[in-house]
Amino acid sequence: MNIPAPTITESQNTRTIRHVVNVIARDPLALISTIIILLFILIAIFAPIVAPYPEQGQGRTNAPDTMHPPSEKYLLGADRLGRDILSRIIYGARPALVVPIGVVLFAVLIGAPLGALAGYKGGWVDEVIMRIADLFLAFPSLLLAMAIAASIGRGLDKAAIALVISWWPWYTRIARGAAVSLKEQYFVEAAQAIGVRDSVIIFRHILPNTISPILVQATVDLGTVILAMGGLAFIGLGTQPPSPDWGLMISEGRTFILDQWWIATFPGIAIFIVVLAFNLLGDTLRDIFDPRQYK
Amino acid sequence: MRIFEFIFRRLLTALFVLVGVSIITFSISHVVPSDPAALYLGSTKARPEDLERIRIKLGLDRPLPVQYAIYMRDLLHGDLGTSIATKRPVLQELSSRLPATLELLFVGMFIAILIGVPLGVVSARWQGTWADVFVRIISIVGVSMPAFYLGLLMQIVFFRNLQLFPLSGRVDSDLRFTSPIDPITSFFLIDSFLTLNWAALKDVFLHLVLPAFTLAAYPIGLIARMNRAAMLEVLGQDYIRTARAYGIRQWIITYWYALKNAISPTLTVIGLTVAYALTGTFFVEVIFNWPGLGLFTVRSLLALDYPAIMGMTLLGASGYVIINLIVDLLQTAIDPRIRLK
Repeated sequence: MNIPAPTITESQNTRTIRHVVNVIARDPLALISTIIILLFILIAIFAPIVAPYPEQGQGRTNAPDTMHPPSEKYLLGADRLGRDILSRIIYGARPALVVPIGVVLFAVLIGAPLGALAGYKGGWVDEVIMRIADLFLAFPSLLLAMAIAASIGRGLDKAAIALVISWWPWYTRIARGAAVSLKEQYFVEAAQAIGVRDSVIIFRHILPNTISPILVQATVDLGTVILAMGGLAFIGLGTQPPSPDWGLMISEGRTFILDQWWIATFPGIAIFIVVLAFNLLGDTLRDIFDPRQYK
Repeated sequence: MRIFEFIFRRLLTALFVLVGVSIITFSISHVVPSDPAALYLGSTKARPEDLERIRIKLGLDRPLPVQYAIYMRDLLHGDLGTSIATKRPVLQELSSRLPATLELLFVGMFIAILIGVPLGVVSARWQGTWADVFVRIISIVGVSMPAFYLGLLMQIVFFRNLQLFPLSGRVDSDLRFTSPIDPITSFFLIDSFLTLNWAALKDVFLHLVLPAFTLAAYPIGLIARMNRAAMLEVLGQDYIRTARAYGIRQWIITYWYALKNAISPTLTVIGLTVAYALTGTFFVEVIFNWPGLGLFTVRSLLALDYPAIMGMTLLGASGYVIINLIVDLLQTAIDPRIRLK
């Protein structure tokens, strides 16, 4: 039985997405960045297949090959415990990508509705929410995250929670700005006129329309959050050994940087490339949504 | 009188923010952890009677508002508690390390502004040319490079391979005997200059180069990028076209008439980058073994020395609030249009 699909008129968001895809496809740098990001995501998903030594990638030690320099056997060398660095980098792509995406996602989920509420309601609700957000913004974000991470205990999950707590106000600010201008528009006034509840207006009509500026900011922030996660792991507050993590690998390799340079150098290149890709992509997205800024 | 009213209002806001900041730091140490006493002891497996003793000693058995009042009272008396690791007052620990970090921070930011602003100007002036592309690459690489990685690369290249700069530390360990620095301001560059101690000045300078440039990389990227955007906006305005029509030379237009109006938005970014640079010093200090606040904070974080952690968090946030205040006031001084808002 064949039921013809109902024809749906293109929504604002679908059109935006199509526009973004078009621009990215035409901008070589953005295209390369997108490919790099997708490649790293694939590597992370298929780590057990891609990694030459999957067990070592997950942490199994291999004492005989300690500090093995880069060679045919270990393309990028081996670390202090004889583990293949390439495999560790491949497994490290999992926390390096998944966790920052999760952090930004949760920060958006907390921050954006609050911002939409503040912008839509105005008055004392706006005052209270924004003053609280301002307080969190008064801290250098990473410093606040470090203090929270230390006080709730070390570990990848704790570091992620700490980052969410120090990151949400950025999205509150953006969503509020968008909501303030949206609430004057006819479709919102029309909804109010027919008696739609405030909660429905905020979640169904305001929030979906704040998506584009938030998406841009989230892409730009992903690079920063990856750096922050790496930093937390580097000083010992993030991932704990023997789990593979780029920041932790740099920290472990730091002691041997002058002689066994490969231990820290290659994970560093991995972080740099991924962050660079997110920043380039974020730049392009920003150009699309805020053309004024770059002529 | 309007300007005084403006300054007063800004000061009042800053004060409110600082009170809020103290509530958050209080919460991090007293509310967030499931058991602050265990945090204090540095272990969750401490004996119950020890935990109880600590709870009473720290006043954790009292209601939260009372605890906060005590916390605030001590804070206003300059008492940030005693470091668990060093057993010395936290305030003393922080203030003795502040100059080393500030010296690094100032030099780093100075380098960042000195390089970042002209890069932004050049990039905007020759928009779309290879110079613009080059600057954009520098700025995007600058903001994408982790400080804790760049520092290591610097050490490999400039210490191991080229042997141009020392590996780490603030001064050479022999300097203490050959030409000791008289700590007048505890800013070693200034101290050695004031006492005409040239050997020390050279040594201090050489030790500063790698950490300062490592720290400056991120701010350079941000400043260049924002200054470019600000310059582009200004260069497109009518008065610039008028200036051109009058036959004023292009470099005067760019570096004087345009830059003057692009400085104000750039200042906002500089204020913002100081916050990044502040946490940047943590990584730089760890890598270059720089005896400042960052190294102390990282050690405290790992040792769960929470009076020290709270002191540093409070200091960092206060410093950030004050910097933003200064930036705001500077902007009103530079750009009278802001006062009218």
